[in-house]
Amino acid sequence: MSDARLPVKRTAKLFIGGVFPRSESGLTYEVVAHDGRPLAHAAQASRKDLREAVVAARGAQPKWASMTAYNRGQILYRVAELMEGRRAQFEAELSDAGASDPARGVNAAIDRWVWYAGWADKIAQVSGATNPVADPYFNFTLPEPTGVVGIVAPGEQPLLGLVSRVAPAIVSGNTAVVVASERSPLPAVSLAEVMATSDVPGGVVNILTGVTAELVPWLAGHMDVNAIDVTGVPADLLTEAEELAAENVKRVHRGPDVDPFSDAAQSPYEITALTEFKTVWHPIGA
Amino acid sequence: MSQAAEIERSAPAVPVASPAEASRLVARAPAVDAVGLEGRAASLATRSIKRETKRQALELTVRCMDLTTLEGSDTTGKIVAMCAKAVRPNPLDASVPSVAAVCLYPQLVPVAVERLRGTGVVVASVAGGFPSGLGPLDARLREITDVAAAGADEIDIVLNRSLFLGGRYAEAFEELVAAREAAGSAHLKVILETGELGSYDRIRQASVLAMAAGADFIKTSTGKIGVNATLPTALCMMEAAREFHAQTGRRVGIKVAGGVRRSKQAIQYLVLLNETLGAAWMTPALFRIGASSLLNDVLMQLEKGSTGRYAGPDYFTID
Amino acid sequence: MSEAIETPSATWEYAPAPESTDIVRLDDRYGLFIGGEFVEPISGRWFETIDPATEEPLAEVAEAGAEDVALAVEAAREASAPWQALPGSERAKYVYRIARQLQERAREFAVLESMNGGKPIRESRDVDLPLAAAHFFYYAGWADKLEYAFPARSPRPIGVAGQIIPWNFPMLMAAWKLAPALATGNTVVLKPAETTPLTALLLAHVIREAELPPGVVNIVTGAGATGAALVGADVDKIAFTGSTEVGKAIRRATAGSGKRLTLELGGKAANIVFEDAPLDQAVEGVVNGIFFNQGHVCCAGSRLLVQEPVFDVLLAKLKDRLQTLRVGDPLDKNTDIGAINSRAQLEKISELVDSGVAEGAEIYQPKCALPERGFWFRPTLFTGVSQSHRVAREEIFGPVLSILTFRTPEEAVEKANNTPYGLSAGIWSEKGSRILWMADRLRAGVVWANTFNRFDPTSPFGGYKESGFGREGGLHGLEPYLELDGGTR
Repeated sequence: MSDARLPVKRTAKLFIGGVFPRSESGLTYEVVAHDGRPLAHAAQASRKDLREAVVAARGAQPKWASMTAYNRGQILYRVAELMEGRRAQFEAELSDAGASDPARGVNAAIDRWVWYAGWADKIAQVSGATNPVADPYFNFTLPEPTGVVGIVAPGEQPLLGLVSRVAPAIVSGNTAVVVASERSPLPAVSLAEVMATSDVPGGVVNILTGVTAELVPWLAGHMDVNAIDVTGVPADLLTEAEELAAENVKRVHRGPDVDPFSDAAQSPYEITALTEFKTVWHPIGA
Repeated sequence: MSQAAEIERSAPAVPVASPAEASRLVARAPAVDAVGLEGRAASLATRSIKRETKRQALELTVRCMDLTTLEGSDTTGKIVAMCAKAVRPNPLDASVPSVAAVCLYPQLVPVAVERLRGTGVVVASVAGGFPSGLGPLDARLREITDVAAAGADEIDIVLNRSLFLGGRYAEAFEELVAAREAAGSAHLKVILETGELGSYDRIRQASVLAMAAGADFIKTSTGKIGVNATLPTALCMMEAAREFHAQTGRRVGIKVAGGVRRSKQAIQYLVLLNETLGAAWMTPALFRIGASSLLNDVLMQLEKGSTGRYAGPDYFTID
Repeated sequence: MSEAIETPSATWEYAPAPESTDIVRLDDRYGLFIGGEFVEPISGRWFETIDPATEEPLAEVAEAGAEDVALAVEAAREASAPWQALPGSERAKYVYRIARQLQERAREFAVLESMNGGKPIRESRDVDLPLAAAHFFYYAGWADKLEYAFPARSPRPIGVAGQIIPWNFPMLMAAWKLAPALATGNTVVLKPAETTPLTALLLAHVIREAELPPGVVNIVTGAGATGAALVGADVDKIAFTGSTEVGKAIRRATAGSGKRLTLELGGKAANIVFEDAPLDQAVEGVVNGIFFNQGHVCCAGSRLLVQEPVFDVLLAKLKDRLQTLRVGDPLDKNTDIGAINSRAQLEKISELVDSGVAEGAEIYQPKCALPERGFWFRPTLFTGVSQSHRVAREEIFGPVLSILTFRTPEEAVEKANNTPYGLSAGIWSEKGSRILWMADRLRAGVVWANTFNRFDPTSPFGGYKESGFGREGGLHGLEPYLELDGGTR
């Protein structure tokens, strides 16, 4: 095997509506490894890219939500199958990002994804209810996806942290616009490539790489986004984000502040935090 | 065998109810469970139709086809070419029968009548303000009379959905009865435009209304909107026709139109027909498919059946 | 009133459309699957298994004696502690593997199921196999989430489960038993039905390919004696699906033993059609309710209760619909009704049908040619049936529908509940409040409204009264395989 072979480098682009466009701004920024090695130039998403991503997410949401829970669960399981197939790439990216045990990180990310996939056809059984009202009505409560969820992924744990936000958001039928870790966006780009080659419909997950501080206000203030996961929002931006979210009464959610490798970092309540509960009444009478 | 013998020139249908009864008919139409209906259609669509059964189905599909062109850009030349194709779909294979009819706009009727004289292929024209059917009533009825006079054997009109969906059933009925009369001896197909009706209950009601008004055929769609013929809507209409026959003894024909492009779909419609209405309906006198590109797909499938090789479109004339 | 429509026999005959059996490779002989290996039976006995559509022998299968069963239980016992010790997320991945493999090899399993059991390939392909895979998929996801299903109850596996399944849905019943048991951390000894062992033995190969630790699943083939040996063996739990008679025997045999027990037994379900029902779909539901799988269904809608005003119309439509049912070769893709599973079952059905005629009910059967060899029964309707007729009281487990009438919802409820069974019921009406009112009052574990014979891994299934106890499917289907704090057994 010749060492002189030149590898073909990947271009890191945005992932919107199932395809990989460059930023409409034409801007990119340099991504470096933990030791300063240059790794790639990632697209620097603009507010217009974010706008397009929300349009794509909204467009894809009704169909994603109307698939059977079983179907969504299977599709998410397939994503895990493809992640497993790409583990070498993910491990290399985590290593570049400074992870001391990249294999452990990839294992945890894949297992977490599988864990959430298994909730698709169970979350209604655990969080829904039939309610014994005091009149002759059949009354039931069901969780429904809230719609389009904006996700600001954590800066650290660029794969496990990302997966821990995205999986619970989409398993119930939401679609997502994700702002990836600014410092280490490449695992998110690889996850986008996994999505694109899996059975996840285009637009269900949209991934924007770029400058977090630039994108957060646009996401938080967008009137067609139903909820925002602020787990990766820097502390100095949090208040502004919540204020902007008030304009359309966006649901604001933050993931648990625990060791991402622990079981405490995964929970069905991360799913229901991004659902709406609908209660229906129907009379009972011959 | 003469094609004309196949399509019975039976007396056209007559209304079997009064406008006052029409509302009651609609109200009494049975409910349709959407999930059950779609499940039944899907189950029938899994029938495996192979070999001789498939060849018979393909051949019947051709014989039941209304070769259609309904474009603002249709010219005499276009119609002349289509009529030639209708009579002899495959110039290299004389065993392929003619289609049942050509279906076109009123202005082109005289051209088609001229070209098809003596061939056994009939001329079907849309009329009555197709496709919306919302022009002034007298103009719509005159259009029907005019195309009948110009020689159209069959006339495809639309149900007035504005009246029907507005709950004005007696008026919608009266318009259909008037159209029936205006058509004279031509056979009347009533297009329900199922894609606009909103539910299978409504499709059942519309079927009942049209049949009671004297339709010779009930037809799914104009082909001009996004949602056209589907297996469940056709099944719903077939069940309505079955009930109508049980109650009145009259057989009403079924036409599916719009979006039927592949042989496999056509065969699925034939399975639905066979297992819902039975052998008596398996004839161009009582079943039609309004289509254009379907014809060549059927020819390619027939070719594959006889040669064993998958065919390519270059070997079949586009018109 | 409307007369039956003349449907002249179709001049458009469907050519045979046989599913190829090339995909199935049968061994001449199948040993028992114990400790991850196929082994010869200590009993030294073997029995033949046949194709009920042709009566041709397919293979020889080992007959497990008491010692063989004891060996299998021991293997399950040994595998128990390490299996329990695995994190739930690892057990989940094993069960996901089984699910995925079943999806990949679905056609092979479906063909074998039809060959060995007699059910139409269309059903095994479109219903049995997809549902079986789905059961494994659903329960896989529970393996590491049990604390959410049973909060504050420390869910723990029971240990070793003995599972005895019937011949009407061999693969599906295997899935219904194995999936929740494995997901909850139990190990298993499975006894497939005497007449349908082959798909379970093929499943053993899937289990090996999924690299399940040896002994976690063991399969012992045999007849009633093998089942009895398993019931009496050192297992912690017995799960049984089969006849009420055998279920009672198992209940007696396990009395005082401390073994956990679930039973899914027979039924005589009422399918209730109201005047305002969507009639054309109701006809499909009634037909599906009793003729799906040749009526070999515990929850079959074997009693049609029709509101008097629509009796004539419904009967006419049913008779017409029966004319279009295709009885024949299970491997033909267009077959609607396949072979009766065994000579013994055919005899039972015939005996009961004869009793129906003898007791004065009116019989109707469409004319259709039946093959010379194999076990066949034409779809059959009885009218003029009253509650006291044997065909209205006893489970026939064949394609025979008994039709009774009623006037009011109260009367329908009374008649529907007037049976020692209580597995399922059907309600056909366009009025939602009536459906809910009826559902409230029907003493049946599964109530289908405007549909019938719908199954889903998320949906609990099981009976009231002599149809058994315990539920399979859904969150409720986990409970029978767990030890839980705070009490109930």
